[in-house]
Amino acid sequence: MSEHAPSLKLYVGIWITLMICTGLTVWAAFVDLGHMNTAVALSIATFKAILVVLYFMHVKHAHERMTKPVIISGFFFLLLLLGLSMADYTTRLLM
Amino acid sequence: MADSPVAVAHGPELRHHFADVEQQRDAASLGMWLFLVTEIMFFGGMFCAYLVYRYWYFGDFGAASKTLDIRLGATNTAVLICSSLTVVLAVWAAQNGKRKMLITNLVLTIVLGLTFLGIKAVEYAEKFEKHHVPGATFHFEGTVPGHPDLPANANHAEMFFSLYFALTGLHALHMIIGIGLFSVLTVLAWKGHYTPRYYTPIENAGLYWHFVDIVWIYLFPLLYLIDRH
Amino acid sequence: MATAVITPERENYLNQEYGIKSWLLTTDHKRIALLYLLSITFFFFIGGFFALLIRLELLTPAGDLVHADTYNKLFTMHGMVMVFFFLIPVVPAVLGNFLVPIMIGAKDLAFPRINLLSWYLYMIGGALILHCMLTGGVDTGWTFYTPFSTAFTNTKIIEAGLAAFVAGFSSIFTGLNFIVTIHRMRAPGMTWSRQPLFIWAMYATSVIMILGTPVVAVTIVLVAVERLFHLGIFDPNLGGDPLLFQHLFWFYSHPAVYIMILPSMGVINEIITCFSRKRIFGYNFVAMSSIGIAVLGFLVWAHHMFVAGISLYSALVFSALSYLVAVPSAIKVFNWTATMFKGNISFTTPMLYAFGFLGLFTMGGLTGLFLAALGVDVHVTDTYFVVAHFHYIMVGGVLMGYLGGIHFWWPKISGRMYPEAWGRLSALIIFIGFNLTFFPQFILGYMGMPRRYWQYPAEFQVLNVLSTAGSTVLGVGYLLPMVYLLWSMRYGKPATDNPWNAAGLEWKTSSPPPTFNFDQTPVVDFEAYDYEHIKEAEEVPVG
Repeated sequence: MSEHAPSLKLYVGIWITLMICTGLTVWAAFVDLGHMNTAVALSIATFKAILVVLYFMHVKHAHERMTKPVIISGFFFLLLLLGLSMADYTTRLLM
Repeated sequence: MADSPVAVAHGPELRHHFADVEQQRDAASLGMWLFLVTEIMFFGGMFCAYLVYRYWYFGDFGAASKTLDIRLGATNTAVLICSSLTVVLAVWAAQNGKRKMLITNLVLTIVLGLTFLGIKAVEYAEKFEKHHVPGATFHFEGTVPGHPDLPANANHAEMFFSLYFALTGLHALHMIIGIGLFSVLTVLAWKGHYTPRYYTPIENAGLYWHFVDIVWIYLFPLLYLIDRH
Repeated sequence: MATAVITPERENYLNQEYGIKSWLLTTDHKRIALLYLLSITFFFFIGGFFALLIRLELLTPAGDLVHADTYNKLFTMHGMVMVFFFLIPVVPAVLGNFLVPIMIGAKDLAFPRINLLSWYLYMIGGALILHCMLTGGVDTGWTFYTPFSTAFTNTKIIEAGLAAFVAGFSSIFTGLNFIVTIHRMRAPGMTWSRQPLFIWAMYATSVIMILGTPVVAVTIVLVAVERLFHLGIFDPNLGGDPLLFQHLFWFYSHPAVYIMILPSMGVINEIITCFSRKRIFGYNFVAMSSIGIAVLGFLVWAHHMFVAGISLYSALVFSALSYLVAVPSAIKVFNWTATMFKGNISFTTPMLYAFGFLGLFTMGGLTGLFLAALGVDVHVTDTYFVVAHFHYIMVGGVLMGYLGGIHFWWPKISGRMYPEAWGRLSALIIFIGFNLTFFPQFILGYMGMPRRYWQYPAEFQVLNVLSTAGSTVLGVGYLLPMVYLLWSMRYGKPATDNPWNAAGLEWKTSSPPPTFNFDQTPVVDFEAYDYEHIKEAEEVPVG
């Protein structure tokens, strides 16, 4: 798909990183971080997702120029859905 | 339909409404990513429902989440990550003309996918036994994590399990479709359909599989790790 | 050239192959467009039939034609069929499929087989909705609000939901196809800013289809699993929020109305420039406004929920955003008007439809702003004011744009001219019938007549009778083109390549086009709407 030929070593390296992050996520869940627990877990998940997208899904060196804008738009509109809906739910009892 | 004085030689994989193979590959890639965006929004709707009720019923969701087996969930996460590796190795194999390695990794992906589903089935069976399946037989007793004298609201716990089954069920359905896809591709790969010049279906199926993996990467902490400390 | 010799035997996409298989297994975007034309027209008349029954019931204040439950089913099926099986697909699947590749100089869409799949998905969805109708129908309103749809109604929600779900995927694949085609298949020299604005409109529409449709799809899934497996996601007894359904539903269904109007707006660009003999005023503004509508359209959905129970603060936000989304539409109307200024106007049938569109869409759009004002909305929401508002846009806007486009491109699609006198007459009848049907409804709604009610106080009867009378005129207006367009396919005057002396790549190939659209891939070195360079085009030859 892309002219840039990724190496097997890179793939294995990413795989190891993903496994470590999974372990990290579980470990962090048992540490009392108060309200930050959710944020930490989702941040690690996002980091893992970005690794999968960039390296396993070959987006980092994609030949097709529209790949990154398309992905970003997808997540942007998802955040719109979540954010604007929560704008209702988080302000309901304030009246 | 020659548009230029010299017709460019190409293999049978070039569909004639495209000018050249590069345009065809770019179109296939863009098309697949647009489809994945629709999947982001598809799962996104369910994530929105989950977000709303988790915001409202955090404590009760924590109580319900605690009954999920974190070891099975973590194992499944690892299984899917391994399967993402085998997928990417399969694509690499196709790119480099290594037919045996391609087939091996496609089969490994299927096996790992089935492993995931098997573990999921075990989890579902356990939920069924404990009467945590929403509906007439639902029964839940627990306390809000961090507040041992505060019983969890059974209705809200049922809501958690409704979302648990909806989200993991939809995810499992996508896994089943993915396994079906890879099965077909394995047969075609064995027949020699995929060469370094044309391996688009492998690449696109791989993109689909990675996406399903990413959904689980988010589902695992959201469903299993709500308030464990 | 207007004096080209027509050889009837010349090979084109219509006569290249014969037989039912060559149509049902075609991957030619033009044939698929015709398949859609037939099936969508069929569903239009089904939806129209339900409208007729509604209007018949509303002739009298008493509920005397049908039972109340049946009336609920009538307006539900009218809405579902018209929204999912007519308004959303019509311009993209008929005109878009036919024209997008030709307008950008391509041989076909990027994924011709997926294009055919889209049609089959539409047909499967259509079969499901027909079966659903014939076996009892649905009575929740096309909006399927919970908890009535999940916990109380006994009607065929899952089947209707499945029909919409499948039709939704038809829509998604069409949008996907258009986006990839427009990005990757443009002919040499066809830069983004040389594209006809119809293409920009189809692109913006496709973006909405991709991003919005999956959300309503998963919402339908949630309603289905709630009915089937008693998962109580919208069940208040479990602490569920019925409003969550509305958020998820309207997240798609509001942008859906932009899916409906944007393509018709695209058509209007092509018609107004041709019949004013002028390039569009403010090309960049019109192009960017299409993108603006697509993006902003996703930010306003809760204006359908102002009185449903959302927080006042979010209502304020959504109200403000709803005012914002009107701006790009207004920009288009100003630019179209400026295009016509000092133009050389011809009142052909397509142009009559365009004029109708301008007036009626403007009224519909402005009344949308009335509704976006929270104070006004409290009084007119769920009344006939809303019904009139959206029919002005859907029928006065979308349908008029579509009919204008069908007439404008009819020579290209069929190789025949339609009879101009009948075309103009029908346009006039439709315009009169439309206003007679729907203007009284603004007044009814303002006076307080609720929507979806099968009986009403006697003082509303006169306006209702006017509305029903108008609907029969409207019906006649719609039947006429069916007749004379069909007639023209056999007896119409054969069309030249460019009977309107219009600008655009589609007019540089034969009428009808060959299967691969062009004999040679065009190379584009001219701007869009370059009417000042079309020398013989001081006047449009009108048949």
